Amino acid sequence: MGEFILQHSDFFIFIFFVALGYGAGSLMERNHYRSIRKREQALLSLPVTTTEHESFIGSEIGEATLVVGSVVVSIDYFKRLLAILRNIFGGAVTSYESLVDRARREAILRMKEAARQQGAALVINLRLETSAIGQQANRKRQVGSVEAIAYGTAIILPAAPGDDG
Amino acid sequence: MILTNIETVPGKTIVEHYGIVQGSTVRAKHIGRDLMAGLKNLVGGELKGYTELLQDSREQALARLSEQARELGANAVVNIRFATSSVAQGAAELFVYGTAVTVVDEMGEQ
Repeated sequence: MGEFILQHSDFFIFIFFVALGYGAGSLMERNHYRSIRKREQALLSLPVTTTEHESFIGSEIGEATLVVGSVVVSIDYFKRLLAILRNIFGGAVTSYESLVDRARREAILRMKEAARQQGAALVINLRLETSAIGQQANRKRQVGSVEAIAYGTAIILPAAPGDDG
Repeated sequence: MILTNIETVPGKTIVEHYGIVQGSTVRAKHIGRDLMAGLKNLVGGELKGYTELLQDSREQALARLSEQARELGANAVVNIRFATSSVAQGAAELFVYGTAVTVVDEMGEQ
């Protein structure tokens, strides 16, 4: 039995990586989604729009500043395998959908957190940028990790007249 | 230096344009981080080393952009855009560009 395992060690290593990727990968994804949902709830009071106009605020603007949030998320071994198999038959690559979804939502959350730190009332002109990075990006067509950048202009309202002194 | 990614600075008027200013950085992470990222690639999830790397390069690119705008005599950069690309193995380029302008308060005083 031991000899058999040694002879086919590369196969067993492969199986081990797939199992590790599936187990740890799905656990981490669940945890990540839970944290994303929780923070999205907490930041609901800070609106973000993709329009350029700030006229709908209806009050005077104190300050405007650029806020940015970014994250790099990588896919696990099991899902990468699924995607390679999916490439043979074509169709929707569902395993990558959650990857880019997580990256974008995390980037927006980080941007909102930065905006809140500056005391912003809202963020206008949100832009999202996604790119494949890392060693895998240049090798073949296989994507290992994606980077998402979210940026926008945070609008800070002037302090209430009572706060001036 | 006021930075925005909209065409104006809210509450202020643009009085002068200086054209495009840009800043870019190409960064490669060190071998230890690369190794960790390789391991992290197995299980998926956030690659903190890369996130930090890109955050650092973004700050540097923005600093270069502001520096260029300051040399032109501008006090704000509007319509800022970011772009990322991976130029070589393990190296990432971060590019940021915008329009340098001078703004004054809407009352007409600087």
